[in-house]
Amino acid sequence: MKKILLLGNPNVGKSVVFSKLTGTSVVSSNYAGTTVEYTKGHMKWNDEIVEIIDVPGTYTLEPTNKAEEVAVEMLDEGDLIINVVDSTNLERNLNLTLQLLEKKIPMIISLNFWDETEHKGINIDVEKLEKYFNVPVIPTSATKGIGLKEIIRKFDYDKVVDHNYGDNEKRWSEIGKIISDVQKINYKEHSFSDLMEDLTLSPLTGIPIAAVILFISFMIIRFVGEGFIGYIAEPFFEVLYRPLIAQLSGILGGDGFIHNLIVGELIEGSIDFEQSFGLLTTGIYIPLAAVLPYIISFYFVLGLLEDIGYLPRISVLVDNVMHRVGLHGFSIIPLILAFGCNVPAALAIRNLESKREKFIASTLMATTIPCISQMAMVIGLLGSFGGKYLLYLFAVLIVLWIFIGTLMNKLVPGFSTDLLLELPSFRLPSISTVFKKLLMRILGFLKEALPMVLLGVFIINIFYTLGIFDYLTKVTGPLLKNIFGVPEAAVEALIMGFLRKDLAMGVLLPLGLTAKQMLTMSILLVIYFPCIATFVILLRELGVKDMLKATAIMLTSTVIVGGYINFAFQGDGFNIMRVIPIIGLYVLVAMIPKRKKEEIRSA
Amino acid sequence: MTKVKLTKVNSNSKCRVLSFEGGPNMQTKLENLGIRIGNEITVVNSSFIGGPITVLAGNTKVAIGRKMAERIIVEVRK
Repeated sequence: MKKILLLGNPNVGKSVVFSKLTGTSVVSSNYAGTTVEYTKGHMKWNDEIVEIIDVPGTYTLEPTNKAEEVAVEMLDEGDLIINVVDSTNLERNLNLTLQLLEKKIPMIISLNFWDETEHKGINIDVEKLEKYFNVPVIPTSATKGIGLKEIIRKFDYDKVVDHNYGDNEKRWSEIGKIISDVQKINYKEHSFSDLMEDLTLSPLTGIPIAAVILFISFMIIRFVGEGFIGYIAEPFFEVLYRPLIAQLSGILGGDGFIHNLIVGELIEGSIDFEQSFGLLTTGIYIPLAAVLPYIISFYFVLGLLEDIGYLPRISVLVDNVMHRVGLHGFSIIPLILAFGCNVPAALAIRNLESKREKFIASTLMATTIPCISQMAMVIGLLGSFGGKYLLYLFAVLIVLWIFIGTLMNKLVPGFSTDLLLELPSFRLPSISTVFKKLLMRILGFLKEALPMVLLGVFIINIFYTLGIFDYLTKVTGPLLKNIFGVPEAAVEALIMGFLRKDLAMGVLLPLGLTAKQMLTMSILLVIYFPCIATFVILLRELGVKDMLKATAIMLTSTVIVGGYINFAFQGDGFNIMRVIPIIGLYVLVAMIPKRKKEEIRSA
Repeated sequence: MTKVKLTKVNSNSKCRVLSFEGGPNMQTKLENLGIRIGNEITVVNSSFIGGPITVLAGNTKVAIGRKMAERIIVEVRK
């Protein structure tokens, strides 16, 4: 099978070209490093099936991070390279192009974002460029589908050119020559979009703007999420689904193992979708009615921010803060993604350069960032006691973030790098791309969550029947009761949390917790351990040794934070006299000497 | 024309890159983003209490961490 590689710098639209050619959906965003692993897809071409590979973006064939290494390794496999080039940044992009031309693999060049060149006053002489390289050069605007037919027509291109541009310096001087010959730029006036880009970067205006954007995002997420639940999900389950399942319950006799496994236990004689814990009740109610609405609203907002190109601006604004925990501004992007799901975030952490940075970012994420699946349940369960409890939850997690971040910065060996980040131009997101990406993430959630929650409900029923929960409650219960002040049965939630955190929250509902206990458990479920899906990825990315260290940090944090909330939370709020010592403790932590003088290396 | 660190350049000033006081890897990474010796770049946002510096190189805005920016030597164009 013919293999076609899509290669190019980060954020030049390779993934969009890939989606349009193969019809396979991949996540694309308006910032560098969205694709960290290659994706394969197929398309039919002249009665032949060809394989198309979307390779992570790279600036050079001398890799500086994992994603770039993947790109270089892929080279040997290709029968044809499509070099996707950002035509609004031709000079910089040609560095990779010239390196690829030396590889003696048939190649065609796609000058992407062609529609933007005119608006930016850039004029590129395509014919001249073709003559320089002696390979086909095709202007494209992938999001609009322009130029893709011409590319497909060249899939049988098999001529190999023989170029040798010499070392780095000679290559750049050659690029300089080519650019001055083929490209003319008429600088245009500062546009509105340029002005907005500058305002979002300068701290004085950028921080207020970021605060407003985050606030609006939260409001949309909550409003849309609640709207979906109240007007669509609940009516569906109550009006349409309940009669069906009640009938099934009758057929199954209203009690017994099979009945309870499928329909669940009847609560006061009727089905309770949240508390019955049958496969066809709670097992599908949690993922579809309680969590899915928030998945939709969260990823809709995230998708917009990604495609506009706003996220890298946040990186710049928080760079200072992130240095205090041994990271730099770029690492905020995986941490933001983690609020959706920790799994893609764990993959995005690959883009960080040093082992130390990867360890710190992974541990911070797994310990302190709740995913939207859990948050959907937290908003429902903890939020019912009052909005301030949600604020307490975030306050505790932020303080924990600062503490373990600062400690890791002091104690984890290795080096950290400095921020160096391309800031994409703001682009108006195309509605169809935003919704396609949303749909893909929804399907991804369903594929991941449905089986896991069903498996969890199945296990819960088996454990109840076999009395395993009773046993575990006896063994670990006193610990939970004495240190955390939660009912002994809360251990069930901690066990289910290994599978999925939303299900674990669901397990808490029948326990009739107080506000304080619900707060404690919601926080502990964030901290104590990642869900199995995240764990598997982290284990692969960090290795056994570092994963053990990260786990030790999580478990220690769990005991300390759980015990602390039990100690400091009195009545319906934190006792201020018991919060103040935290500040003193932080001063002590801040005074711990660094293991080594912080090295900012670019090596 | 004087040699200064990139961190000392005011916003909206144009300057020419003279040298890098860092390893070859730092140089490669900067070159990949269009910041090369001899090139002209414009400082869009200068550093604010130790934060990164944003420059315009060619048509791309690039954010450079303060510590790295201190190792980039430029001359300011009048």
